[in-house]
Amino acid sequence: MLPLILFYVFATVLVAAALGVIITRNPVFAALSLVLCFVTSAVLWLLIEAEFLAIVLVLVYVGAVMVLFLFVIMMLDINLEELRSGFVRYAWFGWIMAAVVVVEVAGVVLTRKLGIDVTRGAAPLPANYSNTFALGEALYTRYVYALEIAAMVLLVAMVAAITLTLRHRRGLKVQDIDQQVAARASERVRIVKMDSETRS
Amino acid sequence: MITLGHMLTLSAILFALSVAGIFINRKNVLLLLMCIELLLLAANFNFVAFSRYLGQLDGQIFVFFVLTVAAAESAIGLAILVVLFRERRSINVEELDSLKG
Repeated sequence: MLPLILFYVFATVLVAAALGVIITRNPVFAALSLVLCFVTSAVLWLLIEAEFLAIVLVLVYVGAVMVLFLFVIMMLDINLEELRSGFVRYAWFGWIMAAVVVVEVAGVVLTRKLGIDVTRGAAPLPANYSNTFALGEALYTRYVYALEIAAMVLLVAMVAAITLTLRHRRGLKVQDIDQQVAARASERVRIVKMDSETRS
Repeated sequence: MITLGHMLTLSAILFALSVAGIFINRKNVLLLLMCIELLLLAANFNFVAFSRYLGQLDGQIFVFFVLTVAAAESAIGLAILVVLFRERRSINVEELDSLKG
């Protein structure tokens, strides 16, 4: 009974925070609401015993992605008044879309035609079961190529983000690596032959 | 007891809210990116729920990769946004019409 109560409490918080993300006009509030969304989602994933992903969600999303979002929001000088216009014009269409999606998905879920019983609980896990261990075992054996591709995706994303935002300012005194490497000793060092000096 | 139906309904509500958010905030690229993150979170909810209730771990592995790709996507998206703002001094979607699409 307690897990169900916790589920309803956190689900309410999650839906309220999601509403906060889409309704508020201030991007900083939206980002903070999204942080709340991710933290409550992590709690809900803990409730259904997906511990590793719950921790990863907090670490990756709250710790990295949302900090990046907040960083960009505060770096850009956005004209809020201009972006705020047109809110009401499209709001009705947005809500209609939302209602259609809810009805569709609820229809699928409630008619119980999924081939599985959606009203049953999850099978209890054994006492010494470790979610992280099981995930790691699958990740580094069956899914090792996918893991390597994921690593490449992250590397490419990092290179892309740096290349996109790198800015070359003019008139800055920097090293020219090509020029330095191409330099020959004969151009730089002049050897002077001269008689040795004697003490007078 | 939390059933699969609970999780699926919650994720449907979350998904619908983020779809509505994309329509409502269609001028602000930043909020659009945030709505996409919320959308992916709703999809991940389904993966985690099915993985747990069907007793197969593969769904959680998939969520792991979705998180990876989503992190890469938001990093590149925000980088493009920063460059865009540097060029146009605005992140209004309606002003981005130079492709005449």
